[in-house]
Amino acid sequence: MTILGQLALWIALLVSAWGTFVGFYGGLTRRRELIASARRATYVLCGLAMVAAAGLLVAILKHDFNVAYVASYTSRDLPTVYLLSAFYGGQSGSMLFWVLVLSIFASLAQWLTSRKYEYLLPFVAGVTSAVTLFFVATMLFSANPFARLAFTPADGQGLNPQLQNPGMVVHPPMLYLGYISITIPFAFAVAALMSRRLDTGWLHAIRKWTIVSWLFLSIGITLGMWWAYVELGWGGYWAWDPVENASFLPWLTMTAFLHSVMIQEKRGMLKKWNMVLISLSFFLSIFGTFITRSGIISSVHSFAQSSVGYYFLGGLIALVLGMAWLLYTRLPMLESESHLESMVSREASFLFNNLILVGIAFSVLWGTIFPVISEVVRGHQVTVGPPFFNQVNIPLGLALLALTGIGPLIAWRKASVGNLRRQFAVPVALGGIAAVVVTAIGMGHFYAILTISLAVFVTATILQEFVRGVGARHRLHGENVAQALVRLVGRNRRRYGGYVVHLGIVTYFVAFTGQAFKVDREASLKPGDSVEVASPWGHTYTFTHLGVSQYDQLNRLVSAASVEVAKDGKRVGVMSSEKRQHFTCEVPTRPCPDQMRRKSFEPSTEAGIRSDLQEDIYIVYAGSVEGTEEAVYRFTINPLVWWLWYGGFVLVAGGVITLWPGTTVRATRQGDTQGGYAAQIVESKGA
Amino acid sequence: MKAQYKFLIGAALITGTVGVLMANGIKDTGTYFLTPSELAAKVQADPSFHSVGVKMGARVVHGTIERDVGTQTITFQVTDGEQIYPVVYRGLAPDTFTDDVDVVVEGRLDPDGTFRATSLLAKCGSRYETVPEA
Repeated sequence: MTILGQLALWIALLVSAWGTFVGFYGGLTRRRELIASARRATYVLCGLAMVAAAGLLVAILKHDFNVAYVASYTSRDLPTVYLLSAFYGGQSGSMLFWVLVLSIFASLAQWLTSRKYEYLLPFVAGVTSAVTLFFVATMLFSANPFARLAFTPADGQGLNPQLQNPGMVVHPPMLYLGYISITIPFAFAVAALMSRRLDTGWLHAIRKWTIVSWLFLSIGITLGMWWAYVELGWGGYWAWDPVENASFLPWLTMTAFLHSVMIQEKRGMLKKWNMVLISLSFFLSIFGTFITRSGIISSVHSFAQSSVGYYFLGGLIALVLGMAWLLYTRLPMLESESHLESMVSREASFLFNNLILVGIAFSVLWGTIFPVISEVVRGHQVTVGPPFFNQVNIPLGLALLALTGIGPLIAWRKASVGNLRRQFAVPVALGGIAAVVVTAIGMGHFYAILTISLAVFVTATILQEFVRGVGARHRLHGENVAQALVRLVGRNRRRYGGYVVHLGIVTYFVAFTGQAFKVDREASLKPGDSVEVASPWGHTYTFTHLGVSQYDQLNRLVSAASVEVAKDGKRVGVMSSEKRQHFTCEVPTRPCPDQMRRKSFEPSTEAGIRSDLQEDIYIVYAGSVEGTEEAVYRFTINPLVWWLWYGGFVLVAGGVITLWPGTTVRATRQGDTQGGYAAQIVESKGA
Repeated sequence: MKAQYKFLIGAALITGTVGVLMANGIKDTGTYFLTPSELAAKVQADPSFHSVGVKMGARVVHGTIERDVGTQTITFQVTDGEQIYPVVYRGLAPDTFTDDVDVVVEGRLDPDGTFRATSLLAKCGSRYETVPEA
């Protein structure tokens, strides 16, 4: 099968080169047979990628350790589900995964795009083929997943235990799906520029793609946080590590793009800006791969250093230059059709939202590459850590949170005083009351108070929209509340789905405030000893060390330390945290005799976690005093973490509502509505 | 005044804020990232450098790790092949901390030549892959 896979890659190299050529050439000359050929090339690439992927998968499942990739990332005793994740766990496999997903997306784009936008498709095929060509060439010439060893080892090296976690099975593919799917909107942007058809057509064609890729990025990032939280044992979920930042950057620019296209659709403004944003998003997704793969920036979770990074840098530079030229030659066609009329308008609030998002992206990028810059400029590496990112991004993030409440409700063009009063009087009052209440109950942290107050404000604006919309339907159509709610959301999926996504984001912000109140306590306990920790909510936890037990489990030796937990004097239960030493056996028997065991990897930690709405109890067993049962623990009380995962579900639900297929009220160009669906239908009825 | 100009002023304000926040952030939190030899050179050139917090990236010297579980103190030596520094760290070491791994310690170099670390990061020796046995 690997021979077939290898062959498929070589054919894919030729087909993608052909697809690139006929895509662009056919698109420019509009020759039917070339255009048809470009489309077929896209479908053929998809088939070839599937054959290649199947080749690698079969080699992994059949334990063909003669294949270097299989030997490096799997072993005989690796559970099957992790055999599947080994497919994209290593460098060359992840690139094959990339090609597979891209070719599927590219085919879907050719297949599903409405015939109205047919004129864009040859160029889209050209771009997707070119990206495929780049990846296939990099694989074949620098990171071949099918490369064979000179000998066949008896067993493989196994997969890093930290990757042997259910979160890690889904987190990377989700992020990849996000990164890769940005290629499609980018390809349409290039197509619009090449075809010189720069009306809103291309924006309509990519609407769903943009949301899909934003959603995948969001899910991928959230799962990454979850994995870091449960698996890495340091008690947090975000450390501003370069690799994390690399996933955050395209998310920021895609979020900006998602909002600014609405301005272009409604008012014909921001055409150049949108081109820049979608290009930036695509560049950043490639750049992310470059930093994670090149090792140019030292990260705690850097991957293998290799020459692949430089292929990416080269590809990236070529891309930036090409796109800059394309944009430059099309500038006159990207003039705005209207102008900003007032600072107190939806346009202005969206513009500020965009500026802040790009500002955050710039600061995160700067902080990430600062060690490299300072080395070049000053000769010494200067690093900035989490305090830098927090110091810069907390104020910016809060401004953004405020705009989340303002943007969707403020009127287009110029908001009247009446509009402002109608939309914001109640939410502002509620936000103010919230600030007073949390201060009164003793929350002494300025940013936390501000976040809670803004969160209440934004939630109130959203609920107000739902209440008014349902009320309007009830009055005008006589529907009951449930009917009205379903129809309201069903008829305006984009708007109400968006509101639900905003609710999810608000929930994330609330969860972030918890980090300001985290409590940590390290203790060394003999069996029977206990320690007390006071939580920020005023609870007192008592942890009593019960003992440490050791046992074999699957491919590892587990040392589990248990503590009994009591909350305010009442017993809650027993929690345990594990140290796992993975080993491989020199003979393939089970159980493995002690003298045949060979340690593989460093030990890994499983934290003990118990969550409720208020706070998480997070226990890490750090080791025992040599030869005794005295154990060293770190107890962390981590407020509001659960809200983060909950916010993730809300966000996904909102995204699904937005994407749900069906007829949506078409966006029309209108200027004078004073905001809100309720106002809109009342006006249309009144007219 | 036209809305566009007002917007430009607003945009300039936001950009300025981002710039100021970033400049301050770097001033407040930027730390030198040095190898042991670079640190030695810096201290020799300017003895007041002892009081400056730095990050030092180096490799743990094989067999020098001593853990005192009772006081949760870890002492070890790091080197870049030329300069060796003893390091004292109080706290929990990450799972990946073991002989011969690359670590990043953050802290100060005492005048007696001991590096007092307030944080200890160990790079995945494995870099998510097993180290081929040499």
